[in-house]
Amino acid sequence: MASEVLSILTADGRVSPSAVPDLDDGRLREMYRLMVLTRAFDDRGMNLQRQGRIGFYVPSRGEEGLQIGCAFALGKDDWIFPSYRIPGLAIARGASLETMLHQVYGTGRDACSGRQMPCHYSLRPQNFVSISSPIGTRIPQAVGAALAMRYRGERSIAIAFFGDGGTSSDGFHLGLNFGAVYDAPVVFFCQNNQWAISVPIEKQTRSETIAIKATAYGIPGVRVDGNDVLAVYAATKAAADRAREGLGPTLIEALTFRMGPHSSSDDPTRYRPKEKVAEWEKDDPLRRFQVFLARRKLWDEEFEKTCVEEAKEAISAAVTAVEKAPPPAPETMFEGVFETPPAELALQRDALIRLSASGQLTGRDDGYFPL
Amino acid sequence: MAVKTVLNAVNDALRTALRHDERVVILGEDVGKTGGVFRATDGLQAEFGEARVFDTPLAEGGIIGVAIGMALNGLKPVPEIQFLDFIYPAFDQIVNEAAKFRYRSGGEYPCPLVIRSPAGGGIKGGHYHSQSSEAYFAHTPGLKVVMPSTPHDVKGLLLASIEDPDPVLFLEPKRIYHKKFTEEVPEGFYTVPIGKARTHREGDDVTLVAWGAMVHVCLEAAEKASERGVSCEVLDLRTIVPLDVESVLAAAKKTGRVVIVHEAPRTAGFGAEISAIIAERAIEWMEAPIARVAGFDTPFPYTLEHVYLPDAGRVLAAIDHVMGY
Repeated sequence: MASEVLSILTADGRVSPSAVPDLDDGRLREMYRLMVLTRAFDDRGMNLQRQGRIGFYVPSRGEEGLQIGCAFALGKDDWIFPSYRIPGLAIARGASLETMLHQVYGTGRDACSGRQMPCHYSLRPQNFVSISSPIGTRIPQAVGAALAMRYRGERSIAIAFFGDGGTSSDGFHLGLNFGAVYDAPVVFFCQNNQWAISVPIEKQTRSETIAIKATAYGIPGVRVDGNDVLAVYAATKAAADRAREGLGPTLIEALTFRMGPHSSSDDPTRYRPKEKVAEWEKDDPLRRFQVFLARRKLWDEEFEKTCVEEAKEAISAAVTAVEKAPPPAPETMFEGVFETPPAELALQRDALIRLSASGQLTGRDDGYFPL
Repeated sequence: MAVKTVLNAVNDALRTALRHDERVVILGEDVGKTGGVFRATDGLQAEFGEARVFDTPLAEGGIIGVAIGMALNGLKPVPEIQFLDFIYPAFDQIVNEAAKFRYRSGGEYPCPLVIRSPAGGGIKGGHYHSQSSEAYFAHTPGLKVVMPSTPHDVKGLLLASIEDPDPVLFLEPKRIYHKKFTEEVPEGFYTVPIGKARTHREGDDVTLVAWGAMVHVCLEAAEKASERGVSCEVLDLRTIVPLDVESVLAAAKKTGRVVIVHEAPRTAGFGAEISAIIAERAIEWMEAPIARVAGFDTPFPYTLEHVYLPDAGRVLAAIDHVMGY
């Protein structure tokens, strides 16, 4: 049924053993560690923005469980078509903190030379496809990547991440329809965090659930507790397995809550009551998992301290290293438009370098992002 | 004099239009309760209610498609596209539908809507919050394209656009949303005519032609040029379609030296059209080749945005070039 919500973790940590996915103790503790690291990374990102050291940040606070649950359910050859709110998934797939922060700072050592605004990662080694700000465009692209995998006889799958707002986009319809028609090995993962900037889910759709939309495309739709890392793991693994077996796509609706602002520039107190946030704070994915781990003697204060401190230290070390990196050189702006720059573009580049060298440029780096 | 920002002028114009004409409605992403991500619609839903100012689902094609239907049937919709960079899912609705309705229906179904959208760079928004894609739309017969540069013109042209019987793309240079201007912005209803350029500065040696935020870059360059004894005329197109060809030609002929400045990439930017018109109709007045200072033919960068955007230094270099020719 598209209205049932798959949930494993309970408030008191008493979980029926048969419901717990087959993950050993070490993996369970690693999941927790990565959730803590994700939160610490986001907290630091927001702080860096507040201190004026970076221009912009997109926090994922409250959505750590779904990121790490997915990370453990997917294989390294699977392709991620990411939303801009899953940094933890990239880190869990092995992206280094320095790599992430070079992007956020837009330094000359960023893989794409500071071309994109913060949090728009591109991480080929992690099969984490370059992020664009438009919200639905990636959904049909994931279908295409999945078809390419099937064409070559690979066992990997593609997964597209998008928010509740993204389900209104044309890309959502296109992706689900094409994916379904071709039985593509793809998973559609909706991070239903209830808010598209200021617009609540009630104003985004009249559907009773997002999962139910899958029915119209002829594919299964499942709802999962997005703050329950184990439930997300189980649902994503099941959908990925199904896709790998050639049974076609699944739409997963992970119910969660955007605990922070849309971005460092957003002020959610303008449009949503504090009580709603407080309500969801009780359902913090870290706390839910912590209670479960504690009951199994996999978590104690010392483990917590170690996770938090190691995360903070690793992030601080990465920040220190990244802040030493110079900005990209002006000529890098002209690279990568095409594999080989057209002659006209090379002329534009050379003219800019001449002007820059003669000290004639007067542009000031004073842009401020309001959204 | 009333000190207003461009953003205040947009808000003032929308409030004035909602009061002035009950057919006016506003729709878009986040335009309601939170008043738009830039606050351009701040307070409007509270004053005029949800029937007239309302949030939409997150789909630009839906926003414009719905607005077109409203326009066909007697309303005056003013949809907002949150960033011009996000307009492309609505490209079909704008280019194939809104712009062609009058023509294809023999005038039975005119489509008067005003699509407002913050445009251009200068806010560190990277590829997807910085584009200046007016040339795509200028290439579409049936669609007017307006891009003013001062609060007075923003208010008057937005009200004129809402009065206009045809579809208008109204581009707001967000880089100067918060800049304080000291020109008079009248209270209440007034219009500035669509299709008329404005001379911001008189000059005899070089004519600078620009629109939107680049007008201010040109004014800065003109000031610096005057310190070197070069007198620049600064012409603000204000409207790209329909273009005030008469004013462009007069300003070009007056000095015989033209520098066109725009943020958009140079290739097939609107500067090419202006340059061609001057070459076709005023070449014998030209003392030097027509010069363009434009964005580079690359996607809009993040870290290097201040290098990408034309600045007074680049405009001055072009002024030197046409003066030294």
